[in-house]
Amino acid sequence: MADGGSFDTFPKLLLRNAAKFGNRPAFRHKDLGIWQTWTWTEVAGIVRAYAAGLQRIGLQPGDTIAIVGSNRPKLYWTIMAAQALRAIPVPVYSDAVADEVAYVLAHADVKLVAAQDQEQVDKVLSVSDRVPHLRKIVYDEPRGLRDYDHSRLVAIQDVIEDGRAALVGNAALGEQIDEIIRQGEGSDISIILYTSGTTGASKGVMLSARGCIDAVTDTVRFDRLTENDVALAYLPLAWVGDHYLNYAQGLAAGFCMACPESGETIEQDLREIGPTFYFAPPRVFENMLTRVTIRMEDAAHIKRRMFDYFLRIARRHGESILTGKPVPVSGRLLYALGRLILYEPLKNVLGLSRVRVAYTAGEAIGPDLFAFYRSIGLNLKQLYGQTEAFLYVTCQPDGEIYSDTVGPAAPNVDIRIAESGEVQFRSPGMFVRYFKDQTKTAETLTPDGYVKTGDAGFFDEKTGHLKIIDRAKDVGRLADGTIFAPKYLENKLKFFPSIKEAVAFGDSREFVCAILNIDLTAVGSWAERNNIAYGSYQELAGHPLVYDLVVKSVEEVNRSLAEEKVMAGAQIRRFLILHKELDADDGELTRTQKVRRGFIAERYAPLVAALYDGSHEADISTEVTFEDGRKGVIAARVKIRDVPAVGATEPLGRAA
Amino acid sequence: MRMPDTSEVLLQVEGVSLAFGGVKALRDVSLDIRKGEIRAIIGPNGAGKTSMLNVINGFYHPNRGAITFKGRTRAQMQPFEASRGGIARTFQNVALFKGMSALDNIMAGRTLKMRRGLLWQMLRYGPALAEEIEHRHRVEEIIDFLEIEAIRKVPVARLPYGLQKRVELGRALAMEPDLLLLDEPMAGMNLEEKKDMSRFIIDVNDHYGTTIALIEHDMAVVMDLSHRVVVLDHGVKIADGTPDEVKNNQAVIEAYLGVAH
Repeated sequence: MADGGSFDTFPKLLLRNAAKFGNRPAFRHKDLGIWQTWTWTEVAGIVRAYAAGLQRIGLQPGDTIAIVGSNRPKLYWTIMAAQALRAIPVPVYSDAVADEVAYVLAHADVKLVAAQDQEQVDKVLSVSDRVPHLRKIVYDEPRGLRDYDHSRLVAIQDVIEDGRAALVGNAALGEQIDEIIRQGEGSDISIILYTSGTTGASKGVMLSARGCIDAVTDTVRFDRLTENDVALAYLPLAWVGDHYLNYAQGLAAGFCMACPESGETIEQDLREIGPTFYFAPPRVFENMLTRVTIRMEDAAHIKRRMFDYFLRIARRHGESILTGKPVPVSGRLLYALGRLILYEPLKNVLGLSRVRVAYTAGEAIGPDLFAFYRSIGLNLKQLYGQTEAFLYVTCQPDGEIYSDTVGPAAPNVDIRIAESGEVQFRSPGMFVRYFKDQTKTAETLTPDGYVKTGDAGFFDEKTGHLKIIDRAKDVGRLADGTIFAPKYLENKLKFFPSIKEAVAFGDSREFVCAILNIDLTAVGSWAERNNIAYGSYQELAGHPLVYDLVVKSVEEVNRSLAEEKVMAGAQIRRFLILHKELDADDGELTRTQKVRRGFIAERYAPLVAALYDGSHEADISTEVTFEDGRKGVIAARVKIRDVPAVGATEPLGRAA
Repeated sequence: MRMPDTSEVLLQVEGVSLAFGGVKALRDVSLDIRKGEIRAIIGPNGAGKTSMLNVINGFYHPNRGAITFKGRTRAQMQPFEASRGGIARTFQNVALFKGMSALDNIMAGRTLKMRRGLLWQMLRYGPALAEEIEHRHRVEEIIDFLEIEAIRKVPVARLPYGLQKRVELGRALAMEPDLLLLDEPMAGMNLEEKKDMSRFIIDVNDHYGTTIALIEHDMAVVMDLSHRVVVLDHGVKIADGTPDEVKNNQAVIEAYLGVAH
């Protein structure tokens, strides 16, 4: 077992790995249908030659070099070679449009760019006049580039060969490269990661080598990662998650990073590689489950019965078996049979057979979804982090897993909740500053050295774990001072299959109300089974029996809120089901399907007013955009339903 | 786009006529295809474009005229002779082995290159195995080139149309042809698929140096892709030249838009 230990830069770790795990695989990449493998010794040799080559085309300590592309060994080696020269790698999202690329390249003063292929080279060339310091572009994939002007364009392979030849011809050069690696210090800036810029212009997060290695050393120990582990490096190269989970942990633990053949083959590559450490956002887990479900619906009757039966067994005993809690002998036996017949084959199909530690993060994961994977024996855990922390702020230890928390503070991380409800932290990996942005740095750091996450959260009393509830700026307070976190409530509502969208109101109000959208597929098939006739979405949405169905879900949410001291006062007291689906074309959702709360409040002002004035019906007419672009008006009378608060004494009448 | 380096003629069609009973599909058509170029054959429906391709690869035998390919002149040629000679083609309606995977379909394109006999291949042993590995390597290069790694093992019947077309192109490329005939490579595709296919055609021409003759209805595609265009109408050649020349040719405009009476 290995970790970062006393090593303070990644190139030094690379040399350590070459000495310690010389013949173990460091990288794999599927090329022409065959998995190619490079050992740590080979990688160290290539990186040394590459560094020499880069130095010969002008890369100096302190220079910046951008990396644009997907997960390819040569692009990871570019990061290593740059770090070996004490230059600073700056990965850029490969799907960024030309303008975004131009901004990052210019802002980071890059001198060199490593691009994956023709597409990325074209993008960089198209904005090269806006990048004053750009000297050369190196590329991985030569296809289509033969007729380009090669005065500023070199193949990475040629740079490596050139460096290798130079090293052979000149022993002093090798000595010089090794000396630069030895001189590397923990305080060197190891990498600049640009945030994706969803909130304003993207910021360059500068991370120090020492900080990065200390952070990964902690988590490598925490999850007991070793040189025998394997990860599939398929996350965006420029995202902190990939740099941390794959690159940094790979170097610290000495495990193998497998690069997929292409973006479309990830599913197959996952099965072939069988990683032992796996990360995916909740969306990916959801897609996997959907795929399985759809395939099971087409399966033979007896197989479906078995599938349902053993999933019930898994639901009953799986979690306890995974966390080592006592389980009756009969349960153990049935579960063992289920493993043989269903769970293991299923995990094998998904490529998850060998996974020892899996993480998910990024958004709230549905409790059913989470429980499904855990029940079939996948050690899925949650973490919470951000680029400024070099990923980990919290993570769930084995055996303490809850779907609605993100876990206690990660090792050596110090978390506090500010007066405003905002989560603030200090951590070993925390960023040094934003590149060329003193103002933003000052805004993000507190005077006593904590980083403001911009997220609101609280520590759960029962488990001691952190719960993230919403962006801090969206969190409001009810009139009586109770914290009101709209997204937290909306997510709880949306986990019910019949509720597709939810918008919660309550900031500076007496109590919380919600506007809901039903899920036409789920509720439609429910209506079919219960002989409820309907002609349109509008009719179904307004049906009293549908209200009866939905009110149960809302009551369920209230019950779970009542269990949390901080949230108990923010129970949903009244709701309505909107007569139309919220739609991005009408500006009610963003293009990424997030609700635009302010806009909806304005557009449906009469409905919101009715929610708070105690009436049980309200009229609304709104302009809508049809699929073909025509506009029309929908008018409707919408019913409003009261929901009793759980465990609360004061009646709703107070507000009405 | 690069212009071909030479004006060396790869294929010469001279005074070809073809009739099916009373229907004259081609009437005294002459055209040449130069080494390394992308040559488009266009024309309204029933102009004789596909007949022309069929004559070139020996599927139809012209009633009159001669075809000179790589310096050898002949009036009649069988399709297998054409493919041995280095002519590969794709079809207007995809003609793949539907139940076989994309990989196997493209491997089938290597059939003519296999030196070992059936028995050796069935044994999959020794020299036959070595040969298969070599062929597989070439096929994998094509798969990489056409970016179809993700569908390698998928039966082609399950693939969307655009991808089937790409697999068919892959099979034609597996023959390492000197001349590649593409019969409406973009028919029935959406804009995105057309763009991809155009890029692959240009890349094939650029990377492998393959000479390409294609029939296409989408004029924008033809004008962008090809170095030279020949226009047929009712079996007669009415224009021949660069895309710009053809675009401004009065006879072509009339053939496409009709003549005012």
